[in-house]
Amino acid sequence: MVLKDKAKIMDAEQIDKTLTRIAHEIIEKNKDIERIAVVGIRTRGAFLAERLAKKIKDIEKREIPVGILDITLYRDDLTTIAEQPVVHKTEIDFDIQDKIIILIDDVLYTGRTIRCALDALIDFGRPKNIQLAVLIDRGHRELPIRADSVGKNIPTSQNEVVQVKIQEVDGADEVIIQEKED
Amino acid sequence: MAVSWKRKDLLGLEELSKEEIELILETADSFREISLRPIKKVPTLRGKTVVLFFFEPSTRTRTSFELAAKRMSADLVNIQTNASSLLKGETLKDTAKNIEAMKVDIIVMRHSSSGAPHLLAKAVSPSIINAGDGSHEHPTQGLLDLFTIKEHKKRISGLNVSTIGDIMHSRVARSNIWGLTKLGANITVCGPATLIPPEIERLGVKITYDVKEAIEGADVINLLRIQLERQSQNLFPSLREYAMKFGLDSDKMKYAKKDVLIMHPGPINRGVEITPEVADGPYSVILEQVTNGIAVRMAVLYLVSGVKERKG
Repeated sequence: MVLKDKAKIMDAEQIDKTLTRIAHEIIEKNKDIERIAVVGIRTRGAFLAERLAKKIKDIEKREIPVGILDITLYRDDLTTIAEQPVVHKTEIDFDIQDKIIILIDDVLYTGRTIRCALDALIDFGRPKNIQLAVLIDRGHRELPIRADSVGKNIPTSQNEVVQVKIQEVDGADEVIIQEKED
Repeated sequence: MAVSWKRKDLLGLEELSKEEIELILETADSFREISLRPIKKVPTLRGKTVVLFFFEPSTRTRTSFELAAKRMSADLVNIQTNASSLLKGETLKDTAKNIEAMKVDIIVMRHSSSGAPHLLAKAVSPSIINAGDGSHEHPTQGLLDLFTIKEHKKRISGLNVSTIGDIMHSRVARSNIWGLTKLGANITVCGPATLIPPEIERLGVKITYDVKEAIEGADVINLLRIQLERQSQNLFPSLREYAMKFGLDSDKMKYAKKDVLIMHPGPINRGVEITPEVADGPYSVILEQVTNGIAVRMAVLYLVSGVKERKG
């Protein structure tokens, strides 16, 4: 399968502004900022979590705990895929009991990753609530899941791939749409 | 970590590549956190059945595998070999074939004969994990030792590791030698000449009969249990003499490096291969080895359970 770049949706500046907006939305929506913690889903959501937490901290002048979730062990397709995916560390070093957890990922698509993340989070305790933030919502949900904060809604066909690139992993901040060619 | 896991079974460290060993260690590192959670369970092996098939006594290894399987939501069956049909004359292979017919996924096995797990791995389709076969290998112990060393020293390559004790009868020693040499450590074995197997240097280890030499300069000292039943074979004059000559006590610790790690696969004979003040002392990581064992076994169960090619 070959992927062909089709369109650039966001550049570094737009990603940054979008995260700033999401930070403001979260602060507006939640009165008790002291309960807020941000948890990112590996791989790229983890970096978005760091950035989002920093933005909330800069606005509110308050440390925001950040965690990283690896959802591999909760996947519903382990029995069908060819070989075991590499498991990375989950790092949640704070007690999530009664916290407001802002769960963040780069792209919301089928909703299956979020289902895994919810199960994983609840194994760590009972948060007050969990809110979902995503940079891109591309539609095609297979589970009844929606995001509380969306950076950008992008209608896509299932033949397309939305790639969020993050400086720390991919060397640049941008969002592109690619098309599968066979 | 470019390598992916393709093996149905884990029989020993001898046949693994450096990359495969590193994959297990890194996977184990990710699993460790699960045992620290308030709810120590992930759904990963839901619907998989693990059979523990132990023909020799074991507390640590069996409990560790049992907890590893349960924390990953597998179903678990313990076969008591002293209450099984093997006593009625059924062969090992037939028993295994019958277990296979009950559609289990993983058999964790300990047997007094070297090579018994290898025989079953060829005969049946479930994954076979060797939990110790005779004096051959004990791969998960070797892996958890590597894991513990790496955790403390941040590397394996270039470390000096001394193994002191009954090398001859020790499957732990063999798995350790294979694993450590593949990852680039320098190994010295030390013990009474009667307990050092001939030609062991062909595995790439140095031999010394002088315990001081083994202790000096070692980054890690791995002590092996003196199997008390060996004394009846007159392999060494007395336990007391062994303890004086090779047992690690605070006196001999004076030769050791200031940041040495003292390891022991257990069960320990206090006062024989190690004195209580060393076993419980600041350099000892013996109980950490036990904790790490669960993460390593979770990683192994996870990796073998994903292999789809299951020719028996």
